[in-house]
Amino acid sequence: METVKLRGGSPLYDKIFKIGAAIAATYVLAIIVLIVVQLVTNSYQIWAQEGISFLIGSDWNAVEGSESYGAAPYIIGTFVTAGLAMLIGVPLSMGIAMFLSELAPKFLRSILSFIVELLAAIPSIIYGLWGLFVFRTYLLNWVETPLNNAFGGSFWLFSGTPFGLDIFTASVVLAIMIIPTIASISREIMIAVPNSQREAAYMLGATKWEVFKMAVVPYSKSGLVGASILGLGRAVGETMAITMLIGNATGQSAFPSSLFSPGQTLSSIIANEFPEASSGSLHMAALIGCGLILFIIAIVINIVAQLLVSRVLKTHQGAVLV
Amino acid sequence: MITIEQRAEFRKHFRNNISSRLITDKIVKGIVFGCVLLAIIPLGSILLEIVRNGAPVLSIEFLTAPPGAVGSDDPGGIGPAIQGTLMLIGMSSLIGVPVGVLGGIFLSEYGNNKYGQMIRFFNDVLAEFPTIVIGLFAFAVIVLTLGYFSIVAGMFALSVIMLPIITRTTEESLKLVPVTYREAGYALGIKRSVVIFRILLTSAKSGLITGIMLSIARIAGETAPLIFTILGNSDFFSGFDQPVDALPLRIYRLANLPYDTATAQGWGGALILILIILTLNVGVRYLFLRKRGGGGRFRIAAGG
Amino acid sequence: MEEVADLESQQVDKMETLTRTPTTQKSSEEPRYKLIAEDIVASYNGIQAVKKVNMKFREKAVTALIGPSGCGKTTFLRCLNRMHELTKSATVTGKVLLDGQDLYSNREDAIMHRRKIGMVFQKPNPFPTMSIYDNVAAGLKLNGVKDKKVMDQIVQGCLEMVYLWDEVKHDLKKAGMSLSGGQQQRLCIARALAIQPEVLLMDEPASALDPIATQKIEEMINELKKEYTIIIVTHNMQQAVRVSDYTGFMYLGDLVEFGETKQIFENPRNEITAKYVQGQFG
Repeated sequence: METVKLRGGSPLYDKIFKIGAAIAATYVLAIIVLIVVQLVTNSYQIWAQEGISFLIGSDWNAVEGSESYGAAPYIIGTFVTAGLAMLIGVPLSMGIAMFLSELAPKFLRSILSFIVELLAAIPSIIYGLWGLFVFRTYLLNWVETPLNNAFGGSFWLFSGTPFGLDIFTASVVLAIMIIPTIASISREIMIAVPNSQREAAYMLGATKWEVFKMAVVPYSKSGLVGASILGLGRAVGETMAITMLIGNATGQSAFPSSLFSPGQTLSSIIANEFPEASSGSLHMAALIGCGLILFIIAIVINIVAQLLVSRVLKTHQGAVLV
Repeated sequence: MITIEQRAEFRKHFRNNISSRLITDKIVKGIVFGCVLLAIIPLGSILLEIVRNGAPVLSIEFLTAPPGAVGSDDPGGIGPAIQGTLMLIGMSSLIGVPVGVLGGIFLSEYGNNKYGQMIRFFNDVLAEFPTIVIGLFAFAVIVLTLGYFSIVAGMFALSVIMLPIITRTTEESLKLVPVTYREAGYALGIKRSVVIFRILLTSAKSGLITGIMLSIARIAGETAPLIFTILGNSDFFSGFDQPVDALPLRIYRLANLPYDTATAQGWGGALILILIILTLNVGVRYLFLRKRGGGGRFRIAAGG
Repeated sequence: MEEVADLESQQVDKMETLTRTPTTQKSSEEPRYKLIAEDIVASYNGIQAVKKVNMKFREKAVTALIGPSGCGKTTFLRCLNRMHELTKSATVTGKVLLDGQDLYSNREDAIMHRRKIGMVFQKPNPFPTMSIYDNVAAGLKLNGVKDKKVMDQIVQGCLEMVYLWDEVKHDLKKAGMSLSGGQQQRLCIARALAIQPEVLLMDEPASALDPIATQKIEEMINELKKEYTIIIVTHNMQQAVRVSDYTGFMYLGDLVEFGETKQIFENPRNEITAKYVQGQFG
């Protein structure tokens, strides 16, 4: 029976199989192209109506008759929260990656790597729930209020009335969410640095930290930047936790005025207002337009990141396969 | 040339800075270890709070009953949400798994060219896409075309999310199969497609299952795309043209309600969701991930 | 059974007296030893690669370590500047005395002493993102050399010592990786020399190089030994004859014979050594 089956294939059958596999692979490309087409056609209305002011305007009014849409505050909100998250998350991630690749003893290494990956496995909605009912209170009482009391009057960054549902809370939770991504890829990239590089530095009498600075970082720099940008890509597209924590301001008031002011991102405005927008309306077109802007930001970030990361890891993989 | 005298002179310029350098080294090690602790605290806190707040609401009724009326004394349960999530996982896998596996086969067996590289690249890009954009896309393609929110739209969105993960892991695990297996097959005059199905896929089975389980863990937690596709529902599944409920979506709705009973139920839902996801992840870890370290990017990814 | 064990221990005893110090004709003269290895046992994953090796290295002489691959010569070399223990799941016991000071006494000394014991690896490993100049100066910066003039002097001097100066003096800002393999290896030697070490360990420094580059490196070793204590691991017996004054033959983790190079190659006392230098196995 076995042999009958094995000989059942014909060159034609092989060819069909190959074409089938190629079609399946091409599906990915088709999806990306279709995403572009759909986002453009379904947001066409808003571009026709608002033109460039959709990008630079800040009015956001969904009341029929006086409709007006400008996504500038949300674009800025997206970059501000993602930027803050990077500011907190990247140094921490690099520290974690360094510990895992250079310092940790063997048994800790695998346990900690696993824990970091578990952090990555927790869905956004759960980070949101935790942020809303647990973390927000701690942040408000221990960080936001003291900072506001001390510097609120003199320094705009800490002014406003801390409430816990603001740009700061959203950014900190966002940082917690991107740390596992950045840390685990950075760890892989650091491990890919050949030991001969480390030995050269040790030979010169370097301490562990000096070996890291001298041999590991320069060798893996572009990959580490790529890992961070990949984290930025995640941060920019993150939706649920942000929606639950950022305070959801709209229009002018969504411009971040301090760390403790409520804000809005491209993804959170979509998630928040989608249930209120009826299909075919200008409001819906505006939300899909926000999606298109987000798409463009995300794809640029991701392409840069993938180029940087895959180059580093590929050279490493090549060495392993040979 | 450096003379002996010169060398003695040079050595005078060397500072005996070793103790201060070792102190710096120690400080850095301390900071780095602090980073690790800081990262673990949220995980501990999240798991603790979920169990603490979620465990009290667990009951048969909670797991099976539909939600009660908003604000009423009887909070009901999350039965429809669990049903919806399980159905969504099953249906998305129906598309995502075969297409993803075939795509992975293409990349591994026929993808050693420009076209393969391009697909591989965009596959990685799609894997990192904001899932909310994929949700909007599914809304535009399915919901707007059909005219109603339904499980079909949700399934489509989630299948797009799981697809690149499966493609990637399939390719990685096929590449781990020793070349000799392939050569042995071809040497016997067996057709390439048969070699792939009978030899390669069998040897790469554990990698494949890993990829599928990880992608299921990922879509089980996806929330954002569901807002635009399945909409949410308080009733059990009633047809392919009706909105349905899902666990993450139900947690979101419950968290937004101003009632303590709703919040408690939200935690209960989170407990169920995290149990599903952690079981899949830990299961993968212990069953299949012994092949780690082959440079494979079997990374666990979170839902958006 | 016991007899066999007895015989073996006797042999080991004999071997130890044989190998503890290199045999020499001019035994009246008091030799000066720069580096002394005592009871070095090194293992990977619990498997012993070096079994209790004792060796004394003379100052300003070249000592070659030869032996078939897997005999532990590289591992032993890496114990001499505490490089072996950096490998995962590797352990070392024993003492390495540099001018009478034990390298293995504490951790701080390891970093201090590595500076005094330069090392050249099998494959050239310049820092890829650094220029030629910075590669040589890397160790100087670590050790707090601030005077730019001194640094320039040392970099030039070291590049001259490895006969690289004339080839690169106009391209000092170029990346170290832009050099050819032989040049890269000499750059790495210059980098090791820059920290003004007293001992130079070389792990098959010419194995990845072509004959011309190899010849240059050998010439350089002959020049360097006027000032340095050099220990070189090589699988090439002709090379050992050409560059070394003393040779140790290692086999299965043991130091089988240690003596003047001439004696080892022309008149080996041990049967296995004789077979090895005659090329009967490798």
